[in-house]
Amino acid sequence: MSILDGKVPAGPIKDKWTTYKDKVNLVNPANKRNIDVIVVGTGLAGGSAAATLAEQGYNVKAFCYQDSPRRAHSIAAQGGINAAKNYQGDGDSTYRLFYDTVKGGDYRSREANVHRLAEVSTNIIDQCVAQGVPFARDYGGLLDNRSFGGVLVSRTFYAKGQTGQQLLLGAYSAMNRQIARGKIQMFNRHEMLDVVVVDGKARGIIARNLVTGEIERHSAHAVVLGTGGYGNVFFLSTNAMGSNTSAAWKAHRRGAYFANPCYTQIHPTCIPRSGDYQSKLTLMSESLRNDGRIWVPARIEDVAAIRSGELKPTAIPEENRDYYLERRYPAFGNLVPRDVASRAAKERCDEGYGVNGTGEAVYLDFASAIIRYGEEQATIKGENDASESRINELGKDIVKAKYGNLFDMYKQIAAENPYETPMMIYPAVHYTMGGVWVDYNLMTTIPGCYAIGEANFSDHGANRLGASALMQGLADGYFVLPYTIGDYLSHDIRTGKISTDTPEFAAAEKEVKDRLEGLVNNKGTHSVDYYHKKLGNIMWEKCGMSRNEQGLKEAIAEISELRDDFWKNVSVPGGAYELNQQLEKAGRVADFLELGELFAKDALDRNESCGGHFREESAEVGGPQDGEALRDDDNYAYVSAWEYKGKPSDAVLHKEQLEFNDIKLTQRSYK
Amino acid sequence: MNLKLKIWRQKGADDKGKMVDYQVANISEHMSFLEMMDVLNEQLVNSGDDPVSFDHDCREGICGSCSMFINGEAHGPVKGTTTCQLHMRSFKDGDTIFIEPFRAKAFPVIKDLVVDRSAFDRIQQSGGYISVNTSGNTQDANATPIPKHDADLAMDAAACIGCGACVATCKNSSAMLFTGAKISQYALLPQGRVEARDRAQNMVAQMDAEGFGNCTNTGACEVECPKGIDLSNIARMNRELLSGSLK
Repeated sequence: MSILDGKVPAGPIKDKWTTYKDKVNLVNPANKRNIDVIVVGTGLAGGSAAATLAEQGYNVKAFCYQDSPRRAHSIAAQGGINAAKNYQGDGDSTYRLFYDTVKGGDYRSREANVHRLAEVSTNIIDQCVAQGVPFARDYGGLLDNRSFGGVLVSRTFYAKGQTGQQLLLGAYSAMNRQIARGKIQMFNRHEMLDVVVVDGKARGIIARNLVTGEIERHSAHAVVLGTGGYGNVFFLSTNAMGSNTSAAWKAHRRGAYFANPCYTQIHPTCIPRSGDYQSKLTLMSESLRNDGRIWVPARIEDVAAIRSGELKPTAIPEENRDYYLERRYPAFGNLVPRDVASRAAKERCDEGYGVNGTGEAVYLDFASAIIRYGEEQATIKGENDASESRINELGKDIVKAKYGNLFDMYKQIAAENPYETPMMIYPAVHYTMGGVWVDYNLMTTIPGCYAIGEANFSDHGANRLGASALMQGLADGYFVLPYTIGDYLSHDIRTGKISTDTPEFAAAEKEVKDRLEGLVNNKGTHSVDYYHKKLGNIMWEKCGMSRNEQGLKEAIAEISELRDDFWKNVSVPGGAYELNQQLEKAGRVADFLELGELFAKDALDRNESCGGHFREESAEVGGPQDGEALRDDDNYAYVSAWEYKGKPSDAVLHKEQLEFNDIKLTQRSYK
Repeated sequence: MNLKLKIWRQKGADDKGKMVDYQVANISEHMSFLEMMDVLNEQLVNSGDDPVSFDHDCREGICGSCSMFINGEAHGPVKGTTTCQLHMRSFKDGDTIFIEPFRAKAFPVIKDLVVDRSAFDRIQQSGGYISVNTSGNTQDANATPIPKHDADLAMDAAACIGCGACVATCKNSSAMLFTGAKISQYALLPQGRVEARDRAQNMVAQMDAEGFGNCTNTGACEVECPKGIDLSNIARMNRELLSGSLK
């Protein structure tokens, strides 16, 4: 084990980034023309990085597995993006956004990175508005805000329930401008299958053309991974079907340490599972918790009547409802952070109060918001004698304007009308805070290989606050990486074109081909999905919302066994050199089968509860915080960074000690 | 429920392709259409056959990947819905379902139900952006108030997911709704006005070059659009185009 250096600049936290930018090495415009950069992934992080690097003059090659860069999964983010603009005059500031994010992450993120994130957050909104992103506005024509969990201010900017879509299309438009100029060469329907390391530096990738199956070599002076998170290791998650860990995992296998794999965000408000055929879960935006109240019946006999269909939720009187978040956390109520809300839902359902057939659902109710808005509108319109039904009508119009598309989506999936009856929701895997370890420069432990956005680990600690993923993706891509990568590339101005005709490229290509051919020639008995579902089941049962030593040890053994079985018995139809969606999936599941084991190993090592990682052995006993997560700062205030040594069981742990100079570590209370 | 499927199978761009019959059993009404396709593919893999290739990713109606023509309609029978959000409760036991790719000259079939929509990307590259570099030094986001009405209309236009249903459903394979939506979004915003006329000229020229047809005002695109993009966007595009040509 070694101690890792995060390369955080010296000086007061407020000045670190400014000083860094003032002193960083630059590459002159003429030299940028001779430098190539590969960007893998075209979501908010990858897309914004590719566009900005190309604007600066680098030659960018961008890759995505989708048929267009516009389809990366950032597109599905609903609720919003945080920025410390303080347009509402409610006491927000850069410091407060920094503080909320560090606290929200349960003091397991790197202070300096988070402060930088808070600093550039305001630039993001300016940049996006200049690009034509149609954020929501009020009647005065100025930008509107809403609140998200874990904070006491309104700093979230949004575009209906499609904020991720609009921000991504903004980054996509910036990319398109550079594609048209020839500064970005775009490779759609290409999947990165290895990083090529030459003389200790990342110098290119091996990619598979998903249409022809052809294996291609691409070289560059640096490689940037904006390849998202690994939530699909759970099989069921809110991620897109194709979201995967493969690019990050290949980098890990080539020397990039993988940090905090056990930090996973289980999002409290998703549409519950309806059957075994389920292929993915759908999120209902956290913004709904601005106006929705979460409850279960207070009386167990009502639960039985609800499940059998004899009782409708709307028929349960107020006094027989348990608004458990408002009860347990009066200060934050329904807007507690995600990890807290998820565990509270699980606690109620484990106690038998779940409200659907599977026993895994709670209500998210808009009835009181509809009345509140309706009364407000009646006053505005001077309808002092408005009837109850008129108030309802007025209130529904407001709720529709705010959340209409989310309500429509719910109706399509669940076949119930959330304007009339409460939504049913349950937690689901949504985001992974863990990822490739990076230093302050966003560089991995492979020189010249960078990881940005959800693919890295640095900004969200053990729990991400709502509307912070979009912020981080765009901060890294638009405003951080373009500076930090220049520092590295300034040493490469005399290197010249990187050849792909080298033993390193040949060896990496051969490895990729051997693996693909091995998979299609295996002729086993089980489909890829058979293994993926089994893996997902182990992960959810033993590495899910709460974890314990015995379960984690079992998970490690079971995943390792499942992986051996996969390589012996998986069946992949078709050939390696053609469009073959089963083969694509097989490669991704093979990597998940390694990551899953490291995930469990990391969760076992971290014998404390923090953020989304809840160890049953480490909870408060007695007192006002009874049952809440109990951190152990003396022993675990570090980042776990794992080095690849063949099997996940042989992975070596390196630690980056987290130092908090500007924030005092306290029990994270939302009571 | 038990269903009979008639699915377009085509090995590659040069293959002629044909409809092939399949049966699926015990389909739950709560399944999404693509989960029903997963059941079929699992069945095909287990019997050693080639599963049906189709584009899909987010499965929550926003990425625009899924693109099937179901019983003669883009994204199937339910209005305002992508294929991934279509649920089997819209069908009944014993139904025969016809599943074909989105067809258009500018969307060549790659394999089975997978088509090449990169022509859409090229239309966007020809002008679907505002020319502003990333610097961190743009003016404050609230420096230019934008009337809520305009901002909301711009958002409605920007909601396009680029799936291509408008093209697939149009008898002329026209991409005017798609192109008009992007031109409208920027034309409605002060930031986008500067380049509005050139943008319209360039994007329409690219649209024509890609082999998309003309608009004859039948309005099928608006009906089939899963995101409710309306025909006024085509009118706005034509206005920008005309005013640009008179300059």
